[in-house]
Amino acid sequence: MMSVPRYWREIPYRIRLEAKKCKLCNYVNYPPRSKCLKCGSTEFEKYILPKRGKLLSFSIIRNPPIGFDKKTPYVIGLVELEDGTRLITQITDIDINELKIGMEVEQVFRKITEDGDSGIIQYGVKFRPKNM
Amino acid sequence: MILRRVAVISYGMTKVDKHWNKSLRSLFGEAALNAINKVKNPKIDAIIVGNMCASDLSDQNNIGAIVADELGLTPITAYRVEAACGSGGAALLTGFSLVSSGVYDVVMVGGVEKLTDNIGKMISFSLGKAADAEYELFYGATFASLNALLMNRYMYVYKTPREAFADFAVLMHKNGAKNPYAQLPFEINREIALNSEYIADPIRLYDCAPIGDGAAVIILCSLEEASKYTDSFVEIIGISGASDTINIASRDDLLSLKATVTAANNAYKMAKVTPKDIDVAEIHDTFTITAAISLEDLGFCERGKFDKFLYEGAFEPGGIVAINPSGGLKSRGHPVGATGVYQAAEITMQLLGEAGKMQIPNAEIGLTHNMGGVGSSVYVSIMKRVK
Repeated sequence: MMSVPRYWREIPYRIRLEAKKCKLCNYVNYPPRSKCLKCGSTEFEKYILPKRGKLLSFSIIRNPPIGFDKKTPYVIGLVELEDGTRLITQITDIDINELKIGMEVEQVFRKITEDGDSGIIQYGVKFRPKNM
Repeated sequence: MILRRVAVISYGMTKVDKHWNKSLRSLFGEAALNAINKVKNPKIDAIIVGNMCASDLSDQNNIGAIVADELGLTPITAYRVEAACGSGGAALLTGFSLVSSGVYDVVMVGGVEKLTDNIGKMISFSLGKAADAEYELFYGATFASLNALLMNRYMYVYKTPREAFADFAVLMHKNGAKNPYAQLPFEINREIALNSEYIADPIRLYDCAPIGDGAAVIILCSLEEASKYTDSFVEIIGISGASDTINIASRDDLLSLKATVTAANNAYKMAKVTPKDIDVAEIHDTFTITAAISLEDLGFCERGKFDKFLYEGAFEPGGIVAINPSGGLKSRGHPVGATGVYQAAEITMQLLGEAGKMQIPNAEIGLTHNMGGVGSSVYVSIMKRVK
């Protein structure tokens, strides 16, 4: 179950896709970290991730976790954004037969799941084929 | 610095199975008694136990106290270590350190997992927690689907035929059919594997380890003291753990699990051996893709060529290294937090020449490779026959 404080706390990196860019080596830390993954620096600037990228790999979920039954089958993708940052996301608005590694994708804001009838409706970013 | 050399003086296991009539407690008790009864009155000073899912599936934390209680061994110290599916390997590293440092003389290292006390959805949910809750699971990713991302990428980059993964599963089942402790002790063929249902494309049912319960225990003491308790024992000559980012998207290379490379290299260096010296290995094949990448990362075959080596017989007895004579996670089964200890018990059996139909002739040096998450926590140990 998603609690209200948690949902609220995760908004910067979940919904605004805020990362921390290292001031020393320019590596984009997403998740934002206390120390840079590449150089160990603690000097960062706020950085918003690019909205487009390409699909590095994908999988089609047939056995969904709790809360995702209604949408099965759906697609999980590993996307590399234009600046090289990678993230795990859902690929949406696509016929599963048209999925291709290397295809260009763009960000779209969508509902991810909801906690039963009275829990929080959870939103986030998915990716869809570019220029639909 | 290693202050004392460490021996494995005994081992015990339960069959991996859906043990409807056995609890977390009784499974551990059975494996521990098997181990205790093989040696002369060991005075156990501590129990370190690997377990992942008891708090989710059995409503139980504080697993150390439960198992000390079960064995009538209170008031010795006993506690759980957790590193998802790598919990057993983490327990082994902890137990080794306690003996090696001289804090305790005789340490029981165990692993126990009772998955079938809950329903399928809850089991998947609990196992999925090995991945990143905020950056992976939030989006509906499952543990299988994260591994499927690696498999899809692997086949795309290396043009590896899908059949090679099925054929690895076939080999595991061929091995496991000889293992009295295996959960799925039967042979399969390529068609069965290739036509099994999709779990998360391209992963199908027969690419996956099954869900099961089990417990395994080994007993450690200093090498110098080992002959007090038994005539036959093995030495842990190398051991290491390593970590990687929990989110696979934060990694530069998707086709190598760096924590395996690091842990293996450290263990090889400590043991003063190379991959060529390993006669038998129990590796962490949660999915067939995990096996392929792990074989490469452990130095048993060239990167991207796991299929070529497989078809040359490299991973069978008489090949480069006998891989998973137990049947591995695929056929022996994967009682998650116990798996790393099963591997250590199986390698001990092999080196002592007590593995029955599974025995690899003249096995002298063996390796265990246990992984939590998608390569985010890895433990490697190297053991040698003492003669």
